Amino acid sequence: MRAGSAASFSRRTVLRGGALAAGGLILGIGLPAEAKEGRVSDGVITRGAKLNAFIRILPDESVTMIMPAVEMGQGAYTSMAMILAEELDIGIEAVTLEHAPPDQKNYANPALGAQITGGSTTIFAWYLPLRKTGARARQMVMAAAGEAWGVDIAALRTAGGKVLHDASGRSATYGALAGRAASIVPPEDPPLKGAADFKLIGRSLRRLDTPDKVVGKTIYGIDVMLPGMRFATLAAAPVLGGTVAHVEDGEALKVPGVSQIVVLDDMVAVIGEHMWAVKKGLEALQVEWHDGPNATLSQADLWTRLDNASLQSGVVAKAVGDADGKLTGDGVYETVFELPYLAHAALEPLNCTVHVRPGACEIWVGTQVMGMAQAAAAEAAGLDPSQVVVHNHMIGGGFGRRLEIDCVTNAVRIARHVDGPVKIIWSREEDIRQDRFRPLYHTRTRAKVERGEVTAWHHRITGPSILARWLPGAFQKGIDPDAVDGAVGTPYDFANFEVEFVRHETPEVPTAFWRGVGPNANVFAAECMMDRIARDLKVDPVVFRRSMIHSKPRALGVLNLVAARSGWDMPLPVPAGGERVGRGVALLAAFGSFLATVAEVVVADDGAVRLTRVVTAVDVGQIVNPDTLEAQVQGGTVFGIAAVLHGQITIEQGRIQQSNFNDYRVTRIDEMPVLECHFVRNEEAPGGIGEPGTVTVQPAIANAVYAATGVQLRRMPIDRLLLARNAK
Amino acid sequence: MLHVMINGMTRVLNVPSDMPLLWVLRDVVGLTGTKFGCGIAQCGACTVHVDGVPLRSCQLAIGAVGARAVTTIEAIGETPVGKRVQQAWLDQEVVQCGYCQSGQIMSATALLTSIPLPNDDDIDAAMAGNICRCGTYVRIREAIKLAAKERDA
Repeated sequence: MRAGSAASFSRRTVLRGGALAAGGLILGIGLPAEAKEGRVSDGVITRGAKLNAFIRILPDESVTMIMPAVEMGQGAYTSMAMILAEELDIGIEAVTLEHAPPDQKNYANPALGAQITGGSTTIFAWYLPLRKTGARARQMVMAAAGEAWGVDIAALRTAGGKVLHDASGRSATYGALAGRAASIVPPEDPPLKGAADFKLIGRSLRRLDTPDKVVGKTIYGIDVMLPGMRFATLAAAPVLGGTVAHVEDGEALKVPGVSQIVVLDDMVAVIGEHMWAVKKGLEALQVEWHDGPNATLSQADLWTRLDNASLQSGVVAKAVGDADGKLTGDGVYETVFELPYLAHAALEPLNCTVHVRPGACEIWVGTQVMGMAQAAAAEAAGLDPSQVVVHNHMIGGGFGRRLEIDCVTNAVRIARHVDGPVKIIWSREEDIRQDRFRPLYHTRTRAKVERGEVTAWHHRITGPSILARWLPGAFQKGIDPDAVDGAVGTPYDFANFEVEFVRHETPEVPTAFWRGVGPNANVFAAECMMDRIARDLKVDPVVFRRSMIHSKPRALGVLNLVAARSGWDMPLPVPAGGERVGRGVALLAAFGSFLATVAEVVVADDGAVRLTRVVTAVDVGQIVNPDTLEAQVQGGTVFGIAAVLHGQITIEQGRIQQSNFNDYRVTRIDEMPVLECHFVRNEEAPGGIGEPGTVTVQPAIANAVYAATGVQLRRMPIDRLLLARNAK
Repeated sequence: MLHVMINGMTRVLNVPSDMPLLWVLRDVVGLTGTKFGCGIAQCGACTVHVDGVPLRSCQLAIGAVGARAVTTIEAIGETPVGKRVQQAWLDQEVVQCGYCQSGQIMSATALLTSIPLPNDDDIDAAMAGNICRCGTYVRIREAIKLAAKERDA
């Protein structure tokens, strides 16, 4: 599936922020709680006010759409504009897009209850609310025309941004009707198009944000330039939780272009004319650190503590029948899988530009959480959030890192000591070491097999609760819905089934969401366990999975599709060199979507794993933009490949041992397999797609390695030494 | 004072001669299309052309540029190959977050200038130094092939 089918697409579309002119139609949707229940009503119409607005139509014919989710490469802006424009019945070529301002209430993600872009929720959560908003606006301009012409709205139609009355031949543009439309009461429940009438949804329209990106014009947070702005870079204590003991700044201040040193209790920053001056200044700064209580923290300790925690029972997140009671006697399998700390390593390093003035603070940043960023800046500046202005920017990669606001907090802490605007840029080394990592996860999975059938399944996930810190309201009764995601919603039907969550916090190591979130660990463990049992029973892994799917036909659908398209039943060709080859499968039912992935690997005699082909079958329900969907599956897959082949952050003597792309490796083009995506087409409610591809490719690769070598690795990333021929 | 030719204009720069070209471009000249990604020539985000040769500007001291002409993403579209590459990037809808794509386009343009019809190995060799964390590699490869195919069009 390729882009370009929608050829007549204007590149004049611009993304801009701006003040609101008066005299047009501004349409918003209801409160988050109502949106969540699908009862989007109470559209708010005001003149000249910025209030919960998603569509603004002005008499000058401009149509502006305000984007509640941020653009970080996932194509959200284009898809959201398509959804709004579909029901408004206009093209998207002339639409202007604006970032929504920070506003936790009016731009709250309906699925999350706060202004958040993440968790693969954008289309899933906004699809219906945005359609209704677009439809409501269309009804209002039609009602305005009906009123002006004294005709029934039923006699009107829309086309090309106009309302038409065929009987009289009259027509008027949306812009001309906007003023009058603003006084129309928004309809409670506007009629929505049937899928057969879609003109935009379901087409691979070109993205609105990319033309500027290929010519270097897009302004990311790191590109902000302000009059009188200075630059800064910083170093945090090398040991997690360490503090500054003593600073000698004489040499640093001698570096040409360095103007100021800021010393905080846990970090130092150098301020100056440009990044080179402050980098050199930081190198010249002599800092003695107190290592603090974590000076002996080691990776081995962290694994041991996690393993010990996993021996305790946890909180039951889901139980069917009596899994524990069944898990005795013969035919019981038990396997532990462990996943490492991972850094996000978005290519745009952390940065934030700040201007603190008496009673005011302005920040320029790319963030997935506008409202939280505003609140963080306010707290760090000692101000009320209403005194903080946030300018959001295009994001050079999020992957969960920019769901966190520590970078805003620290930037404001530094900027409070600086007179005038200052752009604070983390070096790559500081970006990696000050990351909030994907946590260590430990999964203990047990299954009882009787007469070739799994009769009981017990899944115990041990790890921290990111949600309990990040969105406390979502953490209820000891259960973290993210931490058990992908386990609770298994695609399989087990007569006896239990999922347990053992909360294990390691406060000395900060952790955060990472693309694929909870399902990364749970689907990895479950899908690898499936292959262990299938191999033991000498049953084909696809056949084995099929036999356990009874109530989720869409899961079965993608499994069958990936088997067919990957040629699962055909033997893999053996390379001329006689290297071992293998194929592995993995299945997911999460994020409101269904994915199945088959990976093919070649394993060299020294244990080196080369990935040759990855085939993914996808059922997300109604597809908004097929090309974007494919891009997300491709990108998600590459992210997951990096994790299993290379990804790990380790800690020794309290220090993060990795620092840059030389020792924290990510996927490069010369190790890319062939990627294939196949879609199921239906009209089910849209699910998420930013993350599932990351989730499924990891166990698919692990299972392919298992098939090739007979070695099932229990800890990621892949350790080639364990896969070498004749390895112990 | 240094005199450096950047995108066809001679710039007079009052900067230390050991200052990497990357920071001169971004912080002094204001050409922010060239990106900072790693600072140690591991990611390729800062790739520019110096007399047509792709170089990592984070490792190139401004004092070492001399009389050579620097071309950045902002001006590469003025070359026929660069223009074709940018168009192919749009036609294949390569871009996601876009942060690495300035460097990718600069590397791809240099590749196609020296090898007009690259094979997969040529592409791997020329592009393996450019990291894309969004994972657009499949489309980068397709776009390079498309731009190569359209060289006579």
